[in-house]
Amino acid sequence: MTDREDGGRRSAFMPLIFAGGLLFGFGLGFSHMARPEVVLSFLYLEDLGLLFVMFGAAAVTAATFFVVPRLRETAPLTGSKYGRRLKTFDRKVVVGGVVFGVGWGLSGICPGSAYASLGIGNYPMLAGVVGMFLGAYAQGVWRSAASSAKKVRETAD
Amino acid sequence: MVGATELLALAVGFDALFPHGIYRYAVGGLFVGLGVAVIYVGTGIIAGASTFLESTLSYVSDRSRFQRYRPSRDWRVVFTVGIVLGAAVYAVIYQDGIWTTDVQLWRLFVGGFLVGVGTRIGKGCTSGHGVCGVGSASRTSLVGVVVFLLVAIGTAQLVMATGVRV
Repeated sequence: MTDREDGGRRSAFMPLIFAGGLLFGFGLGFSHMARPEVVLSFLYLEDLGLLFVMFGAAAVTAATFFVVPRLRETAPLTGSKYGRRLKTFDRKVVVGGVVFGVGWGLSGICPGSAYASLGIGNYPMLAGVVGMFLGAYAQGVWRSAASSAKKVRETAD
Repeated sequence: MVGATELLALAVGFDALFPHGIYRYAVGGLFVGLGVAVIYVGTGIIAGASTFLESTLSYVSDRSRFQRYRPSRDWRVVFTVGIVLGAAVYAVIYQDGIWTTDVQLWRLFVGGFLVGVGTRIGKGCTSGHGVCGVGSASRTSLVGVVVFLLVAIGTAQLVMATGVRV
């Protein structure tokens, strides 16, 4: 009977997330970014269209992130305050960016485009998605171990 | 006459840089941005694609690195399913049957592995940094984007130089 679910979310929360995903995935299909060949043709500098995808999308998000917080303080479905995506800068951003860049340059795949690629029927992309999960798992295991080792050191001091 | 020659040169240059034009890229990009915008307006959430990898691993692993994403893991699954189906809608409307890549499986797997490591260490991917971070005018994301764009172009050029082609 209530329209609020866990964490104060309204029942329209999941449908809206799904709708956003649909638009996002449709865009990746339409822009041909779901085809690694097209991304590679950008990285080979043979077709620079990818710049229009990334920065075209960024222009839409920039306008949204700029305008919406000036109209309302909090989001209707969560009550969360509107903000921007600001992450702290450190060495990891560069190290991770380099590793990401090598992988992207080798294969022409990134997370969003890989999911979308499955949607256009590109089943060989399962190899890429499995690779991504294994990569995310490997760094997670390593960093979880590193952070618990740090905790042990800190409590030992 | 000079003007016409210049225009022609400009057009040739444009065709060389964008052999398939820019329509599909610009319109596709607008949809990608719209997807992020719709979620933001309703929920205040700025959704990137790569956190899904770690948040989904929290279903099967108790490691702290994955468990921290537990609160968002359900909606991230829904978002990703949406991405897959959204691309499927595109395929049904515009594509003649399924489309499969000719990129070698080892490249997809090894590249995917490195992308999975790098995106999580580097705090974002092409959508997180490239679309959401740049849209937030985040300096961290601008640096991230420049780094991975340059490294990816360099890597692809090396791969091409070794004679490995699609």
